[in-house]
Amino acid sequence: MAQIATRQFADTLVVAPTGRIDHLSAASFEAALTPLLTQAGDALVLDFSGVEYISSVGLRVLMIAAETLRARQARLVVCGLQTVVAEIFAISRFHRILVVCPTLGDALEQSSAAALAAYRQAVPGNAS
Amino acid sequence: MKGVRFWGTRGSLPVALTAAGVRHKLLDALRAARGQPLESETDLERILDNLPFAARATFGGHSSCVQIDTGGPDYFVCDMGSGLRPFGQAAMAQRSGGGAQTFHIFMSHLHWDHIMGLPFFVPAFIPGNRVVIYGSHSELEAALRRQQEPPSFPVDFRIFGAKMEFVHLEPGRRHDIAGIGVTTMLQRHTGDSYGYRFESPGCVVVYSTDSEHPLAEPEHTDRFVEFFRDADLVVFDAMYSLADSISVKADWGHSSNVVGVELCQRAGAGHLCLFHHEPVFDDAAIEAMLAETRRLEEITRGPSPLLVSAAYDGLEIAL
Repeated sequence: MAQIATRQFADTLVVAPTGRIDHLSAASFEAALTPLLTQAGDALVLDFSGVEYISSVGLRVLMIAAETLRARQARLVVCGLQTVVAEIFAISRFHRILVVCPTLGDALEQSSAAALAAYRQAVPGNAS
Repeated sequence: MKGVRFWGTRGSLPVALTAAGVRHKLLDALRAARGQPLESETDLERILDNLPFAARATFGGHSSCVQIDTGGPDYFVCDMGSGLRPFGQAAMAQRSGGGAQTFHIFMSHLHWDHIMGLPFFVPAFIPGNRVVIYGSHSELEAALRRQQEPPSFPVDFRIFGAKMEFVHLEPGRRHDIAGIGVTTMLQRHTGDSYGYRFESPGCVVVYSTDSEHPLAEPEHTDRFVEFFRDADLVVFDAMYSLADSISVKADWGHSSNVVGVELCQRAGAGHLCLFHHEPVFDDAAIEAMLAETRRLEEITRGPSPLLVSAAYDGLEIAL
């Protein structure tokens, strides 16, 4: 994983990792994501549009994150899956245990009206 | 080693194809035959061959039993699930002139579905035969004797006429058995299980069933990558989806197709055979899982392709 960027839209934290999340990088991804789980409000959105590949170890990090957030009634939403990553989600059945949305706009809509409004205001032309 | 034959491939509990299941398959075949020429046997065979596996066949229902053809006169068998019964019948049919036979049987662990075939293993009743049962569990002999004690079974273990022997295999040490190198490794499973690595010159077969892979422990994964290293064939417990195996079925002691692909790719293995099928899966579900696993291998392929298959009762894989 090359880097992980964050943005805040109203009450929702958007985390955007990039690159490959595999057995070599999953630990650093987990180390970067874990403190953000406590910073997030009622929802954390993982923008995966920059993620090229995710292995089983990386998927486990997502499951732990979802469970951690769920324990305090917050939620994890994943969005923007590249084609290969979307296939991995389907084959591993992770699309059944995580909330997955096509776009960041869709994910923020799932999060809150305030988050979606902040997103549209920040990036004019973001209809969804 | 020359090949592997699967006599039992189902996990946890044997299953049987039902009358409704047979009818469903027949209807699929008849639909496929509409408008086709049906005059010759070749016509009929062609129609069947063009059907999906789930429509023309079945993955089968016996619990774990896998034969390795070493090329030598002795039989090598992994686990004594219910598939041991048809294997025993086939071995009896191969007896030439009533000669004595030697069976080397390697036990992954002692759970019911892996030992239930022994009371029905006909060669064990034949005086002169030799049945050598290998394992790394200290309770190996006791567990097999106990399953034939009252009230669980009507015929005591002492009924066997063959010479029954038990050999403890120290995990991690390579043992030479009938010309084959055999190494066991501890696996994560309730009560422990052991994987087997069989080696002959230029050929490696790994049998790794009833094995959970804790993804949070990279040293565990690394151990398995080395155990699978350059294997020609890996028979792998792919009972659950990855999501199930680390959520609702975590600590149930089984693995997934996804982890099987990843381990084999990192190990440079040549062929992954999905094994220990979930008993609630029908043939269509297993065939779909196989197609998905092949697709996963394709989109994550490294320097060399990994062949992926799904074991079925009767499958033979040449080495």
